[in-house]
Amino acid sequence: MTKVSMVVNGKTVSGEVEGRTLLVQFLRDGLGLTGTHVGCDTSQCGACTVHVDGQAVKSCTVFALDVAGAQVRTIEGMANPDGSLSTLQQAFQDHHGLQCGFCTPGMVMASAALLAENPTPTEAEVRHHLEGNLCRCTGYHNIVKAVLAASGQDVSAPLAAE
Amino acid sequence: MPKDGIGASTKRREDLRFLTGKGRYTDDINIRGQAYAHFIRSDVAHGRIVSIDTAAAEAMPGVLRIFTAADFAGVGGLPCGWQVTDRHGKPMLEPKHPVLADGKVRHVGDPIAAVVAETYEQARDAAEAVVIEIEELPAVVDMKAALQPGSPLVHDEIGSNLCYDWGFVEENRAAVDEAFARAAHVTTLDLVNNRLVANPMEPRVAVGDFEAHNDQHTLYTTSQNPHVIRLLMGAFVLGIPEHKLRVVAPDVGGGFGSKIYHYAEEAFVTFAAKQLKRPVKWTSSRSEAFMSDAHGRDHVTRIELALDADNNFTALRCLTHANMGAYLSTFAPCIPTWLHGTLLAGNYRTPLIYTNVKAVFTNTVPVDAYRGAGRPEATFQLERVVDKAARELGVDPVELRRQNFIRPDQFPYQTPVAVVYDTGNYHATMDKLLEISDYAGFAARAAESQARGKLRGFGVAHYIEACGIAPSNLVGQLGARAGLYESATVRVNATGSITVMTGSHSHGQGHETTFAQVVAEMIGCDASQVEIVHGDTANTPMGMGTYGSRSLAVGGSALVKATNKIINKAKKIAAHLLEAAPEDIELKDGKFTVAGTDKSKSWVDITLAAYVPHNYPLAEMEPGLEETAFYDPSNFTYPSGAYGCEVEVDPETGKVTILSFTAADDFGNIVNPMIVEGQVQGGLAQGIGQALLESAAYDESGQLLTGSFMDYAMPRADDVPFFQVDHSSCTPCTHNPLGVKGCGEAGAIGSPPAVVNAVIDALHRAGMTHVTHIDMPLTPSRVWAAMNA
Repeated sequence: MTKVSMVVNGKTVSGEVEGRTLLVQFLRDGLGLTGTHVGCDTSQCGACTVHVDGQAVKSCTVFALDVAGAQVRTIEGMANPDGSLSTLQQAFQDHHGLQCGFCTPGMVMASAALLAENPTPTEAEVRHHLEGNLCRCTGYHNIVKAVLAASGQDVSAPLAAE
Repeated sequence: MPKDGIGASTKRREDLRFLTGKGRYTDDINIRGQAYAHFIRSDVAHGRIVSIDTAAAEAMPGVLRIFTAADFAGVGGLPCGWQVTDRHGKPMLEPKHPVLADGKVRHVGDPIAAVVAETYEQARDAAEAVVIEIEELPAVVDMKAALQPGSPLVHDEIGSNLCYDWGFVEENRAAVDEAFARAAHVTTLDLVNNRLVANPMEPRVAVGDFEAHNDQHTLYTTSQNPHVIRLLMGAFVLGIPEHKLRVVAPDVGGGFGSKIYHYAEEAFVTFAAKQLKRPVKWTSSRSEAFMSDAHGRDHVTRIELALDADNNFTALRCLTHANMGAYLSTFAPCIPTWLHGTLLAGNYRTPLIYTNVKAVFTNTVPVDAYRGAGRPEATFQLERVVDKAARELGVDPVELRRQNFIRPDQFPYQTPVAVVYDTGNYHATMDKLLEISDYAGFAARAAESQARGKLRGFGVAHYIEACGIAPSNLVGQLGARAGLYESATVRVNATGSITVMTGSHSHGQGHETTFAQVVAEMIGCDASQVEIVHGDTANTPMGMGTYGSRSLAVGGSALVKATNKIINKAKKIAAHLLEAAPEDIELKDGKFTVAGTDKSKSWVDITLAAYVPHNYPLAEMEPGLEETAFYDPSNFTYPSGAYGCEVEVDPETGKVTILSFTAADDFGNIVNPMIVEGQVQGGLAQGIGQALLESAAYDESGQLLTGSFMDYAMPRADDVPFFQVDHSSCTPCTHNPLGVKGCGEAGAIGSPPAVVNAVIDALHRAGMTHVTHIDMPLTPSRVWAAMNA
């Protein structure tokens, strides 16, 4: 076991991990941050997406030791300081961008990373960016709509295909 | 009307916890002192277990115990909840389904042993050291091969791989044959309904806990129906009476049918927790899910449609081979029979129908209900053969459908396959589809595609489904070993707020929001005053759970019944306080008024009086304001809809792109339009997934070739367009109090034939009339091969 420290959601944390302990295991089991989910074992589904130093990372693909000293942000750190939902989180609720909620933390983290990089993405850009995050409930319709809305774009008219 | 009553697109209250990482899914539950289970699963499809040597593994760090079939000698097998009787009056063959493989393994993924250790890693490490010798036997994967003489037997003791040979309607068989002999035209189509994996994003998890001092078991599990699991596991597997067994299904991350069933791992952790006097947790990996969650579909069908000289449908005849997999999953036998054969009339007046279904055991993962369950298979074959008939006859597929639709004035309509449709208007949904999908403008769009070298096609499909399962006395006659009612307890608290305990279960459907809207509408209060409790057998009435688009139609009806009981009692209390007759009391906007007067009492006046009964008719009525109702439906509900898909096919590569998808549904009345639309959109993506991407594939030796998300193509955000979803056509259900029909499965039922019809349309418009069918999924290689055949 090795000691690892990092900053998670603004707080310095540390814990004992094995070399093989994944970041997602450290977050869930070590820190009790169970908002980050595990939906597969091949880094395909994106339910475990978190931010490491501002980049969206699938936390099942990195070892906890690999992010020693890094700034990590999880879904638990996404709300506004007063506890209210952030613009992006609120857009997911307003546009019914979630159903069972299991992929949602990963979707929010991946979408937040997109918007940080590209503040007004097109529909195609949103769909392409979320290609690494699987959702089985929504058919993606309302997720894409929520991300476009969070970017300040008008989604009040019926969204046309193509 | 309260602002969050029936008909409002109320935002979901459950979202707040899911959006902030505060959901409580089963894998988030960790009980002090818990141990971890890891299953060792068969890596061959069929074999005899020669030996299991656990000695070295038992000595490894942290190992608490290694379980094999021998440990389950005194334990029952996993039960099947539906017995189908075959066309000769014989009950289906029902092989044993042990918790851990006993003597033989029968599919890749069949659990052989389980290691329980202090940590998850220790359990996995020790599993590597368990030495299992298996004498591999020839496996059978193909259903028709499994029925040939000399085929390997999946279950030696039952002597056949034919689970049942079902005919429906058996008495119509000769008449159907005669109609075919007389037909002016017969269209025949052979097709495959591809095997799918439900793949809810949350893998299955089970945590067993045991309190020795009071002999109390608790199972936390990813289930759509905790009461059903308690009954099945308690009564049939482990012999635990209900009062000593609590089953909790907390937040559940999607189900789509795959979390209905009672699985071996649930029984295992419950059993092991008592043996070890420790909580035991198992979390499925996705790879395990692929080889242990029940799969869906997997039918091979020949369908024939007979028409007269005027293009009226005169008879339908089908032969389906339905894969059961290696064991009977909980409700497997009813899917290709009663949830499939009874829907073969579709939306049409076809007077004579006969279907023969042969259910077959193979060395593959068990197959059971997946979103739609039998109804997508019925719809797909019907809507494909109708489309093929239209092309053969040179008539418009839309017009051929319209001509044969049940007319609006014919409801209630008795089909020749037992069911009675109460309401519907298929002409209206078809008209709506053509309007909102701009069918009239298709030719111009096709020309534009052609100018770019692409082939454009438009496909339609019209579906019917039977939801709201089901009248218990009817399904009992059909072989169900369970009732299919639903329950609700409405507890009005002393200060007026309301707690509802439902036997239904939400795993994405939004019950916590919509059920509160129903109560708020009836009482005239704000929905925020109503809390919905579900998922725990300890605090909800016995209920059958959520599947088959039944929650609102059956569970919602129970809720209405219980709330009506509350209102009736509250009116009596109000009558006492207002010194009036109960029949003169009106409830409006949460206030009780004596009709025609200004005398009134508030809701809270009444609820306080019920619990502080100082001025209360105690001689006539009990104090308190809490009522329970069970609702058993008198019929199924029959949602229907017209779906249209517009595709572009790349003639160079065979790649299909969905340009638009339009759904015009009739769900009857609607409580929350936003949630209904979300259900349809999700179903559409699953149906498009089936049509273009998904397939659970086995090789000849029974190895699962698509065992992870690397190989099994799930629909992703860039595989689907924005959908156009309409539910303005409305013929309310006539036999439930809300007039609702159910919307959960429609998208997955109606979309696969619309997609395939669109691709065939594109090819035909380009002159490739030799392509009459392509089996799903319509991958570029399949489409290219068909084009170039």
